Amino acid sequence: MTRFLVGTRKGLFRVEKQSHGQWAIVESWFLGEPVPMVLAQKQGEDILACLDLGHFGNKMRRTRDGGATWKEETVPSYPEQPEGQKEIDPVRGLEVPWSVKLLWSLAASPDGTLWCGTIPGGLFRSEDDGATWSLVESLWHDERRKKWSGGGYDFAGIHSILIHPENPQQITVGVSVGGVWQSQDGGASWEVIGEGLRAEYMPPEMAHDLEAQDPHVIVSCAAAPEQLWMQHHNGIFRSHDWGRTWTEFHDVKPAVFGFAVAVHPKDPDTAWFVPAVKDEQRIPAEARPVVTRTQDGGKSFSILSQGLPEPPAYDLVFRHALDINGDGSILAFGSTTGSLWISEDQGESWQVVSEHLPPIYCVRADQ
Amino acid sequence: MVRISFTPNLLRHVQTPADAVEGDSIGAALEAYFQLNPTARSYVLDDQGKVRKHIAIFLNRDMIPASQALATAVRAQDELYVAQALSGG
Repeated sequence: MTRFLVGTRKGLFRVEKQSHGQWAIVESWFLGEPVPMVLAQKQGEDILACLDLGHFGNKMRRTRDGGATWKEETVPSYPEQPEGQKEIDPVRGLEVPWSVKLLWSLAASPDGTLWCGTIPGGLFRSEDDGATWSLVESLWHDERRKKWSGGGYDFAGIHSILIHPENPQQITVGVSVGGVWQSQDGGASWEVIGEGLRAEYMPPEMAHDLEAQDPHVIVSCAAAPEQLWMQHHNGIFRSHDWGRTWTEFHDVKPAVFGFAVAVHPKDPDTAWFVPAVKDEQRIPAEARPVVTRTQDGGKSFSILSQGLPEPPAYDLVFRHALDINGDGSILAFGSTTGSLWISEDQGESWQVVSEHLPPIYCVRADQ
Repeated sequence: MVRISFTPNLLRHVQTPADAVEGDSIGAALEAYFQLNPTARSYVLDDQGKVRKHIAIFLNRDMIPASQALATAVRAQDELYVAQALSGG
């Protein structure tokens, strides 16, 4: 049975299908606290939840009994900043803090290694199931990282972490205005990749600079993991080769702008997006929230709206707030205005679960 | 001994009973407290050991600017209060 976890600005919620067919919120935790990211394993019995406590910093909580009890876990932490080693953000001129501002992404390797991406752009690894974390220093100290500039937040951050399912030594990360980075040696060294990506917001001669790209999120097809989809700041892109090269899809109605993407776990040609008008107007086109879907690898896209609200509706969907379950039968997404929808027919129709949740940061199916 | 107490708002997250500790600065007194209660550290100090942006520290009812707090000298019988600064919405 699929369940979804919904991390919001004011707590973490669990959503389940009821016997009469309606999906409903069945549990809540950390009410009042922002929950930017969760990682659910073992059919949702093992949940690692990230909390952004504001005054008191970012924390991690872990349950191994499906949420009955939670325990405080060690949080990724930057090492002591060497005296005089000051780093200035290239856009805002602010000093980049060696301090976690947001725990933004989580991933688990098949070998049990846990990964956490943060703002600012540090990648952390845990080899002991979250008991301790260490900064991946090779990436943090890479001189090229200093070109990362970030987008909606003050500093760049790592929002996507993709681990090769058969070769955990290959790690691919997506960075908010920092591009796509890949390691083939377990994080010892890194290459910036992404031929074919295009940054419309840069001066034309710099539009293809790899470090200037702004992937909003990158997802991989479970059955064909080299097949990636990306919702980029100014477009929709697909890669057939683990992110080395990308193809852009221009003719996608109502818009190519958005944050979220999900790919079918068994069919790399099928992917869903939740568009907004454009960078400068982050609302649904014509105030009508829709989902766009391709089922032919990007040759064509359908607009899906059955069950989604009529205009005027101003739901925006953040990058981690759309997900699909492990067998590809159920999709869920949530919005900044606290609406949550679920589809059991590949997005053709949507059932509203709630329109009154806090702003939704992440939606994750139990794994 | 310097007496340290904390905002009750922390109790939702971590136990921070008031205590009396040794130390000749606010930083040293906090460090002594965190030796006894290591979980509390990351709620008050950031990764670099600085006072978190939205934490306010009072020394005998005077608020000490966060950037100066840790180096501020304290004496026996002083009282420290770790507060949640008003911020956000």
